This record gives sequence, structure tokens and C-alpha cells, in this order.
Amino acid sequence: MTVRRLAEVQPDSFAFSAENEAWADAIIAKYPQGRQASAVISLLWRAQKQNDYWLPRPAIEAVAEKLGMPYIRVLEIATFYSMFNLSPVGEYFVQLCGTTPCLLAGSDGIKSVLRNRIGEPGVVTADGKFSWNEVECLGACCNAPMVQINDDYFEDLTPDNFAKLLDDLAAGRPVRIGSQTGRVSSEPAGGLTALASFYGVSGQSGPYCVTEAPSMGDPAAARAELAAQSKAPAEPGHERLKQEEALSSGKPEPSVSSSDQTLN
Amino acid sequence: MTKLIVDDVEIDVPPEYTLLQACEQAGAEIPRFCFHERLSIAGNCRMCLVEVKGGPPKPSASCAVAVRDLRPGPDGAPPVVLTKSPMVKKARQGVMEFLLINHPLDCPICDQGGECDLQDQAMAFGFEGSRYAENKRAVEDKYIGPLVRTSMNRCIHCTRCVRFTAEVAGTGDMGAIGRGEDMEITTYLETAMGSELQGNVADLCPVGALLPKPYSFKARSWELVKTESIDVMDALGSAIRIDTRGREVMRILPRVNDRVNEEWISDKARQIVDGLKSRRLDRPYIREGGKLRPASWREAFALIAEKIKAAPPHRIGAIAGDLCAVEEMFALQSLMGGLGAVSLDCRQDGAKLDPAFGRGSYIFNPTIAGIEAADGLMIIGSNPRIEAPVLNARIRKRWLKGGFKIGLIGEKADLTYDYAYLGAGPDTLASFADHAPAHMEKPMFLIGQGALAREDGLSVLALAAKSAGALGVIKDGWNGFAVLHTAAARVGGLDLGFVPRSGGLDAAGMAQAGALDVLYNLGADEIDIEPGAFVIYQGSHGDRGAARADVILPGAAYTEKSGLYVNTEGRVQLADRANFPPGDAREDWAILRALSDVLSRKLAFDSLKGLRERLFAAHPHFAAIDAVSDNASFDLDRLTGAGGAAGSASFASPITDFYLTNPIARASAVMAECSAMRLDLARHAAE
Repeated sequence: MTVRRLAEVQPDSFAFSAENEAWADAIIAKYPQGRQASAVISLLWRAQKQNDYWLPRPAIEAVAEKLGMPYIRVLEIATFYSMFNLSPVGEYFVQLCGTTPCLLAGSDGIKSVLRNRIGEPGVVTADGKFSWNEVECLGACCNAPMVQINDDYFEDLTPDNFAKLLDDLAAGRPVRIGSQTGRVSSEPAGGLTALASFYGVSGQSGPYCVTEAPSMGDPAAARAELAAQSKAPAEPGHERLKQEEALSSGKPEPSVSSSDQTLN
Repeated sequence: MTKLIVDDVEIDVPPEYTLLQACEQAGAEIPRFCFHERLSIAGNCRMCLVEVKGGPPKPSASCAVAVRDLRPGPDGAPPVVLTKSPMVKKARQGVMEFLLINHPLDCPICDQGGECDLQDQAMAFGFEGSRYAENKRAVEDKYIGPLVRTSMNRCIHCTRCVRFTAEVAGTGDMGAIGRGEDMEITTYLETAMGSELQGNVADLCPVGALLPKPYSFKARSWELVKTESIDVMDALGSAIRIDTRGREVMRILPRVNDRVNEEWISDKARQIVDGLKSRRLDRPYIREGGKLRPASWREAFALIAEKIKAAPPHRIGAIAGDLCAVEEMFALQSLMGGLGAVSLDCRQDGAKLDPAFGRGSYIFNPTIAGIEAADGLMIIGSNPRIEAPVLNARIRKRWLKGGFKIGLIGEKADLTYDYAYLGAGPDTLASFADHAPAHMEKPMFLIGQGALAREDGLSVLALAAKSAGALGVIKDGWNGFAVLHTAAARVGGLDLGFVPRSGGLDAAGMAQAGALDVLYNLGADEIDIEPGAFVIYQGSHGDRGAARADVILPGAAYTEKSGLYVNTEGRVQLADRANFPPGDAREDWAILRALSDVLSRKLAFDSLKGLRERLFAAHPHFAAIDAVSDNASFDLDRLTGAGGAAGSASFASPITDFYLTNPIARASAVMAECSAMRLDLARHAAE
């Protein structure tokens, strides 16, 4: 882990936006009188999101003043947790997991892609698009190796698909969040091998698959229903469902294009 | 009470005791770095590991395990704790080896050497050598203020300093940033600490990471002669230890006195040391043609005798200053009595406290330790943080426990605890005069000199006494009427009755032009004496008093004489002599004794012992050293009737600059630096 200190170049001031201010007040109100300092991590996190994913000194002081804490107490927290970035990061901030399971599954290859594409850890590319850091276990070991880019996980990486992912991000093309090989959450990479009949006609598991009575296993009808569901409006899972359907049917459909699926 | 067996010794301790306390009680020695009796438990140094039978099969940090958490053995046998077992020995050696991995081997150039916990414990509990061949970690030194020097390579991250500033000082100056190998102790962005107690972090530091900056590379602990004494920088009478080498005071450290200062002292008490060496009066001076010229004792005495013999008794007066011991005030009082002078005063600030209303009307009746028993506090015309920082820490300690309401009448200030601001002046106080009794068991009034050292001070005192009676501050079994003095000599002077006799002038009256022919100024430097009188200044430093003197008699500073001081609670304490006055300067009582001979009014004692015998005969309570007589008289009815209507001016603390309140402090370069920095900070804050 690198030494975590405040950046040399700092903005002059920081103030929560009106929306975040209201959000912060709601968070603070959750804690009993006299225990407002408990809200410090939530507020720092919100401040970091508001400020392009990094935490400047004025934000630390603003949070300290809002919570009535000495500045040093908030600085201690900001320098302790690696989820707080103390210097500017790229538009896409890649956190590479380098802990044992990911390492065994080939995170070194991912790391060399990052080195070649972006450079040394902690350095932002000249166009401001990328920076990266190695972090400890992010808890997605089943789908190792993996990275976190801004708020999302990208799993089952290989040097090839990861290089393509970075290309897509750089070009502003839509990308798929989660497994890059198409599996749902952390089910077996080659599809379910046991109890498959309990888990939907797609042969896959998880909240987005279609569940039917095992005895009524008619693949064609199931697909039709699946298609109907995929047209149903706006549950967050549905876009994903569409991808999964496309994947399972083996058709080379273009990836999802709605804007909330791309990273911002 | 819970029984347990520590190393075959069966003891019976309260269940809330920690294992460490229980082991200490059983006579076992437990090494520790992070644990400190007066700070919260951190449990992060792991040096205090012990083996607990029946507990988990690993060593336990004894500072963080309570006796009540132990499981009894089979058949209800008491739990067993081992502090000398092979497991404990190995655990300690392992912890010590880890601590020393990153600790530099610079004991020969480290000021902590010789009084270092790490050094001592490495000798007692460590391995003989290191198995660590890798690079040590290096940490940059931090700037944390003018009083504490850092050498952060030596830091073992016990976090005592962090806990002290957060809990006791209440300023939250220090913290630990980063984590793991990159953890570093620092202040926010390396700004100076803002506490008046910051020097204590250097005492708390168990290694040489935080050291007193002014004392850097001056002396080794084993070269110093240690003298127990009493601090005179404020009226608290904190217990101190004066370390001297030869004739020179090298440093001042706190001693433990739970009744007064626990184990803290203010920065002024600690870092005044260089002020004892500069601007000293080391020989008598006589003013001739407007200029002071060095003179001999004989010449000076002859001139004084001439002036005093020429003056009628009612035109002779004496003022005693803030740092005087009881002995010299008693000698001066006796001398003035012999001359028939009636104008005497020990209250150069004009405080309207008077022994006539009983001793209870001018002392801190509930006692300092009594703050912890109180359940309410009204601060009237005082800023305890700068008038008595250690007392303020005690108030904060009580406040942190909860169930303690604090109100303030006077100047708003950051006192390191929350208070309700009630008002600015006597009008607010008057609103409590007929108040219904407070719903509190033991409420307190803390009355500062800011409320008393003013024209209507007596009326304010009367008002405070009346309110105290109404609110139940003074009732059967509890007297919460607490006067906080700012001068170490004041209560002693008032106890002696060093106040004007009938027909005499008070300090302000004596200082007026043409009021007196001869004024004997015994170390009073905070009063402007107008032209006219012939002024004899007896004191230790060339300060304001000496500048207005016609004759200067060089006296001894507080480290250079054995003397009695009575603190604000009325506790008589004895300060021992640590070194000698410079040059021709002499102990103050001896100067007065010699002068009395020249004046043919020979005082009836020839030694300090003789003086004290006469003092104790006249005022028996001075003989009860370290005690507070618990039956202080208090003429409440007479006091409430005294004085006229109080004015309406706001109360203001008499201390404008904490670091420059007396001649010794004003002679100190360290105090001047602190003062300049505080002013700078205040200016930045105002911008």
C-alpha cells in the first residue's frame, strides 16, 4: 500500500452541493445527539463523489466543521481508508485486486495491461481518462481476476478482454458491467451442473433468470416469455437480462446501449 | 470484590479493575507503553501481555481485560493469572523485538536516554540482540509547536500523546495519519498545538519521539539534582520537581498530586526555566539623577533608612506582589507593623477580597478535587483555561463524565468544554440573587478575578454570595463557593491579613501620585506606581517594578528560596530551595531581616526556622502543610450586605496574555515565542 498523504495541489474551497448537503443532513440525523461524528465516513464518501472521485483538503475541513470534529480526526480517517483518494484520479479509476485468489487467477497479466496502457500506479494519463492502483481483496474471488472501475466491478478478466474493455471505455463505447465472460454473478463458469432444473429455463441462476416449474421445461415457450419480459419497462435488472438472453441464445446482438449502462 | 490468584498470590480486588491493576496490587511488575492511568485504554502496544489460565490459549493484554471478565477455575477456584510464566516471557520478548525493529539505535544522542521506558524495558524484558536485517522505516520529523521537539523515527505509536490532547487537553491537536507501516503521529498539517498543556505530551512519551524543545541537548537525567517544589505561575500551586545542575535550573517537571494537579502542569510552569536566568537583579541599585547605578547593600540600606526615618508612619506603605512566599510577606508585615505603617496591600490587581468576611470568602472552598464531586458549575468572570489550565483540565474531566451542567457569565471563550452562555456582567448574576434553589446536589460557583478586580468588585462578590445562597451553592454539608485566584501569593497574603489597617490605603491608593512618601514594593510588577513616593523595589527580575524603583534590593526567585505558598483552595504547601540566587541577591526574608536592623526595628527572628516559629504562633493554620483546614469561616450575611449596587460593565478576564503574566515569564524567550505565535494565530483566525 502506498503512503497516503494529501495532494500538493489543492483547490481553494469546497462546499457540498445543495442536494448533497440535504443528503448529509439526513445521514447525520440518523445518529443520536452527540454522536454526529459517526457520520464522518458517509460524508467523506459523498464529498469524494462530488469532487471527481478524490478528496481535497478543503473537503476534509468542510466535513470536520459540519460534524464539529477537530480537523486531525477527519484527516486520520481520510488517510486510513484506501477508498478515499487524496489526489486526483482519472475519469476511469481502476482498482486492481492483487490479493491471493486474483493473483493465482492471473492478476499479474491484468497488471501488465494496466502498466502498458496507463503507466505507473497513481499516475493519471495525459488525457485524464485513466489512473489505477492496486488494492487488497475486493471480495469477488470467485470471478477472479477482477478490477473495480469507479463504482462497478469487472470480473473474469483476461489480458485480452481487459484491454478491449479499456479501449471501449476510452472510446466512450458501452461496456458490460460484471463478468466479462457472461456468467451470472458467481455461478460456475460453464453453467450450472447441479439442480439446474430449479433455476430457470435459461439454465442460469440468479434474480434475473426466468423461473418456471421444473416439469414445464419447454424451452421455446420460456424464450418467448423471456423476450416479453425483456421488453417490460425499467427494472434495473432488465437491461442485464437482455444481455444474458442474448448471450445464452448465442446471437451476436450488439451490447446494450442505454446510457445508464455505460460508466460515467 | 473478586478473588484471583496472580503468581501464587491470592488477592481481592474490585471487579472493574483491569488485570494490570490487579497484578500491580499483587506486587507483580507489568511492563507497558500505551497504558496510562489517566488516559483511556488503547491496548495497542501489547507489552503488558500476561497468561490467563482458563482463558484463551494465548497471552492477554492485561491493560484491556477486566477482572470481572475472567472465568473461575474448576470447582469455583479463583481465576489464575501468570506474569512470569515462559509463555509471558516469550510474548514480551517478541513484542519488544517488534517494537525495536523500527526503533533507531540512537540512545547515545537521545535526550530521553537514562529515563526512557523503552530503554529500561528492553533491558528488563527484551532479547539480547536483533534478528532483523532489513531496512528500518524512516519517518520525517514533524513541527508540532515551539515547546515540543519531535524525532519521529523513535515513535512506537503508543498514541498517548493523541489521547492526551483529545481527552485531557481537549484541543484534539494530535492524531495518527495513515495506517500500518505508514502510520505517523502528527498535528493537522504540522501546525503548532493549541493547548496550554501541550508540554505534557513530552512527559507522556515513553520514548524519545516527543521531547521538550527548549531543553534539547542540555543535560542528562542522571546529572540532575531533583528538588520537590511548588509552582507559582498560577494560583493552583501545582506540584513540580525542579531539576538543577550545579547552580542552574535545567528543567521543571510535574509531580503527582491528585488533590491539585494530578500529574499535569501548564506550559508556563514548565518552560519558564530560561526566564530564571535572564534579566536578573543580581546586586542592589540606587537611582541617582534619574539613572540606576549599582550600589552595595550598605549604601542601599543607608539610603532606605534615611528615607523611612524622615517619613511619618502614615506616609509609609507596602505592596506585596504575586510571587511572594508567605515568609517574606510576614517579615514585611512585621517590619511595617514595627514602623507603625497602616497602608499594606497584597492585592495589586485591586481585587475586592477581604479577610474580614472570613477565609471562606476568598478561597476555592469545594477544593480542586471537589470539582469531580460537583454536578453543576457556574463560571463567573473567569477564563479558567488561561487563568489555571490544569484546573480547566479538571473541569473538562468532570464534564466528560456527563451529568455536569456548566454556565458562564463573562467573556465567551473556547474552554474545551460546552457551556451555556448566560450573560456578560453583573446584571446576569443579579438575576440569580433571588433564584429558586438549583435542582442539583452539589452546584459550584467559580468566581474569577475578572469579576472581583474592579471598582464594584465587592458588590459583585456580595451578589455572588447572595446568589450562591439562593441557588444552594452554599448549604449544609456543601460549600461550592470557589474563588479562583491568579496569583500564587494572594491567598497567603490574605491569610496573613496583608491588607490595609484602619485608615490605610489600598494598592491603588498607594500607587497614586503623592499618596505616600515611601513605598516598599515587594515584587509587585503588575501595578503602575505614579511619581512622588520613594519606591523600594525588592524582587528578582528587572521588570516594571524595578523600572519605577529608587532603590532596588535583589531578591530570590521562587526556585531559590524555601517558602510557603497557599494555593487558591487554601492549601498550604512548602516549596524547597533548588538553587541559589545570583550574585549579591539574597533570600527575601533575610533582606527584610537585615534591613530591620538598620532601621532599628529589629525583627525577632534570625533564621528561617525562627521566622516560621513566629509565623506558626501567629497563624497556626500555616503549620498544617499540604492540608486545607476544612472549617473556613464565612461571614455570608455580612458579605451579602456589603458593597453598593454593582455596575453593569462586562466581566473581562484579568489575563490578556497567558504566556506573559509575571516578571519571570516576561524574561523568558520561550514564553515570548509562544506569546508571539498565539497572537499570530489569533490574527489569522480573525482574518
